[in-house]
Amino acid sequence: MHKYLPHTKEDIRHMLDTIGIKHIDDLTNYIPKSLRHHKPYGIPNQLSDVELSKVLYQLSNKNKPLTIFRGFGAYDVYTPSIVKSLTSRQEFLTSYTPYQPEVSQGTLQYIFEFQSMICEITGMDITNASMYDGPTATAEAMFMALAETGKKKVLLSETMNPRTIDIIQTYGKYRDVEFIIVPETNGLTDFNHLGSLLDDAAALIVQTPNKYGHIEKLNGISDIVHAKDALFIVNQNPHSLALLKTPHSLGVDIATGDLQSLGMPLSYGGAYAGYLATTKKLIRKMPGRICGVTNDVDGKRAFVLTLQAREQHIKRAKANSNICSNQSLMALSVAIYLSSLGKQGFIDIAQMSLNRAHYLKESLLKLPGFTDPFKQHHLNEFTLHFNQDTKALDNYLIENGFLGPVDLGNGLLTFAVTEKRSKAEIDALVKVVGAFK
Amino acid sequence: MRYYDKLIFELSKTGRIGHNLPKDEFENVALPKDLLRDEPAKLPEVTELDVVRHYTNVSLKNFGVESGFYPLGSCTMKYNPKINDELATLPGFAHTHPLQPNHVSQGFLQVYYELATYLSKITGMDAYSLNTYAGAQGELAGLMIIKKYHHDRGDFKRNKIIVPDSAHGTNPASATVAGFDVVEVKSNLDGTINVEALKEALDDTVAGLMLTNPNTVGMFEKDILEVSDLIHQYGGLLYYDGANLNALLGIARPGDMGFDITHLNLHKTFSTPHGGGGPGSGPVGVKDFLKDYLPGPVVYKTGDTYQFETPKATIGALSSFYGNASVYLRAYVYIRTLGEENLHKIGPLATLNANYIKERLKHLFKLPIKTHAMHEFVFDGLIDQSTGVKTLDIAKRLLDYGIHAPTIYFPLTFSQSLMIEPTEVESLETLDHFIETMEVIANDAIKKPEFIKTAPHHTVVRRLDEAKAARKPIVKFKDLNEL
Repeated sequence: MHKYLPHTKEDIRHMLDTIGIKHIDDLTNYIPKSLRHHKPYGIPNQLSDVELSKVLYQLSNKNKPLTIFRGFGAYDVYTPSIVKSLTSRQEFLTSYTPYQPEVSQGTLQYIFEFQSMICEITGMDITNASMYDGPTATAEAMFMALAETGKKKVLLSETMNPRTIDIIQTYGKYRDVEFIIVPETNGLTDFNHLGSLLDDAAALIVQTPNKYGHIEKLNGISDIVHAKDALFIVNQNPHSLALLKTPHSLGVDIATGDLQSLGMPLSYGGAYAGYLATTKKLIRKMPGRICGVTNDVDGKRAFVLTLQAREQHIKRAKANSNICSNQSLMALSVAIYLSSLGKQGFIDIAQMSLNRAHYLKESLLKLPGFTDPFKQHHLNEFTLHFNQDTKALDNYLIENGFLGPVDLGNGLLTFAVTEKRSKAEIDALVKVVGAFK
Repeated sequence: MRYYDKLIFELSKTGRIGHNLPKDEFENVALPKDLLRDEPAKLPEVTELDVVRHYTNVSLKNFGVESGFYPLGSCTMKYNPKINDELATLPGFAHTHPLQPNHVSQGFLQVYYELATYLSKITGMDAYSLNTYAGAQGELAGLMIIKKYHHDRGDFKRNKIIVPDSAHGTNPASATVAGFDVVEVKSNLDGTINVEALKEALDDTVAGLMLTNPNTVGMFEKDILEVSDLIHQYGGLLYYDGANLNALLGIARPGDMGFDITHLNLHKTFSTPHGGGGPGSGPVGVKDFLKDYLPGPVVYKTGDTYQFETPKATIGALSSFYGNASVYLRAYVYIRTLGEENLHKIGPLATLNANYIKERLKHLFKLPIKTHAMHEFVFDGLIDQSTGVKTLDIAKRLLDYGIHAPTIYFPLTFSQSLMIEPTEVESLETLDHFIETMEVIANDAIKKPEFIKTAPHHTVVRRLDEAKAARKPIVKFKDLNEL
């Protein structure tokens, strides 16, 4: 017997008798003999919970705990205790996609609340809870632009995170999308020749804050994009929306980004989720599941999946996206996180990270070897130039208990500072960097 | 379950907070005004207890696997062990940054390496990449591998992916997204592929064939070896959709059937929580000749050291970092909890459970396919439909009894499909309770049909006006205020 398998010998006998067969293998004896697999797989035998706990503790201890000053798509933010305890409730954790709305009102309601919050922070009209991560959400936005414009050329800013560029290009190249890279100048996208680059383009995709942490100057860009009948897609860390202009006010058609910075544990890169928010005009091109409000036969307010005619299970080969899942549990964690921060806390955390990043930057610039080649505005992430061996610095910091900046090459180092970093931790990092030779 | 009709926004009161932030001992930095938003986002202003009580009440409107029997066909709703959650969130896992160098994240790399090895052995494949986030993305990766494999051989005419018309909608959608033309071929009544129809679709433009085995009706593809020979003979590759892998554990392996590429749904066969629809996880596995095409990075082992590397002919990047690491940890713990000796019992016991229900209820429900099913099977509504009670009504009435409905109106092969998948974790007593409830509903369908047709009666809300939701979409709190 095993704790996950309830069948006693007598149960099995009774069930076989009911079916009218002698042996459990009789149920599958029509499968060709050459395919039936009776050999061991060659994997370890079962472990008890006690033994397995020890194995996993040991494995977890092989990941060195470090004080983190690295971001680049994943940020060491604090996860309030209530996020873990509430998302662990079995009613949320173990249910599936809300196919039976009468017994899934919980899931449907928090998706509606999540949609409401994402629309609040982006200013956009509509969103879903179905995106895997920021880059793939941006790739889905590109698919929307291809479908909406009927064009095959896409402009990508050089200042985007290179992994995001890779992912968008992977999604696009199997559908023969032509990519043009919009070059950068001084750490920002160079929009000088944008008008001519946009000829025959379906979309312009820009990231802000960009890979250096710099806030892109996007005022007026949407007019240039729209004049060429293209869509303006902006990939943006939602943490920054506490302070920065909303995508809606910048004329953005599709706003995307990764939600990890809204209170999700780092967890080596997943599970996170992405967001994709857009305008009313593009609703029918949207991927994923959308939750709406209705009422039941007694007139009670209720929530339901809606506008399903867009989706893969109805449109099959004519669908514009193959998205099938909802990143529901991550949407729930965002809804809990943003509720617990509230209107002011959301702003305070962004401001605190900015203040800390600024303090670290100024402290580093006092050390020999560091310069700021860009002098651009940033939030919690910024890039400096260091004139010594950056690889050796990285190893030195790890030996001293720090996960330091991302190395962009050519001496450029990108630091990230979250609200979790205390003044003592920042001073300690600066001291260790200062001792590096 | 209990009805609760408040949105978190409706609890908001100006000035309340739900979070104590660290004291800010730093100089305040002001950004230029033209970069800043005009007004703050109107997020709710509530205390921590407000949030906790609110989401607890919201949760009570949901049915989960721990609430009761959840025989949702094709979804493999098995128990999600608690120890998996606990061990996957140990501090050494939860607080590791994905860009932490390999030599100081060996714990994660070892789990990735060993899990990929276990999945290879269980499915008879040679290598797995754990970079894909969900079944649908695993499919997309598999199809990109098919495309790049043909192109790298200089064969550019293969633009066609074949799927049986009984396939889940994601298959043709993924093929389209990967830039293929989709050809749907007719299935037999039992959802198995019609070999004659397949032969007609085969020519030198075929890139591959996507199959689920057992198929969406719960039947094993008996002709799989012939199908595999045919597709390979025409130069195509054979793709395995792992949606129903649970049935095969201890019985057969896709790799032995001639499949070249697989994706697995760890949230089904390997017990990771469905989370209301996600996060899932869809690792993609291949035979040796395709392993250089996998999405990277993939873990390699040298001596006692694990290292990430990107396969040299990779299709490209598909996730920010390495897929859903926290889901992989849960699947790893699950496999090690069961181990070699118990994994082999899963397919046979899941199959036994399904066939037991089928046998006990076939006198009341129409059974279109008489032979033994595997882990799931389909009824085509009630035998006695004289009172007009439909599959939808039966499904809704089950909810009143604290049992989740089976999958309904899928597969599309039958007009009143009721697809039942009990999984191996359910006991004889649970199955008997379900059977007795279905008998009561079938009898009531004749005795008091109107009552069944207006079910559910005891859920927190009753049948919904779905047309109204689509007619005038209200998709956020702000829309409600504008009504």
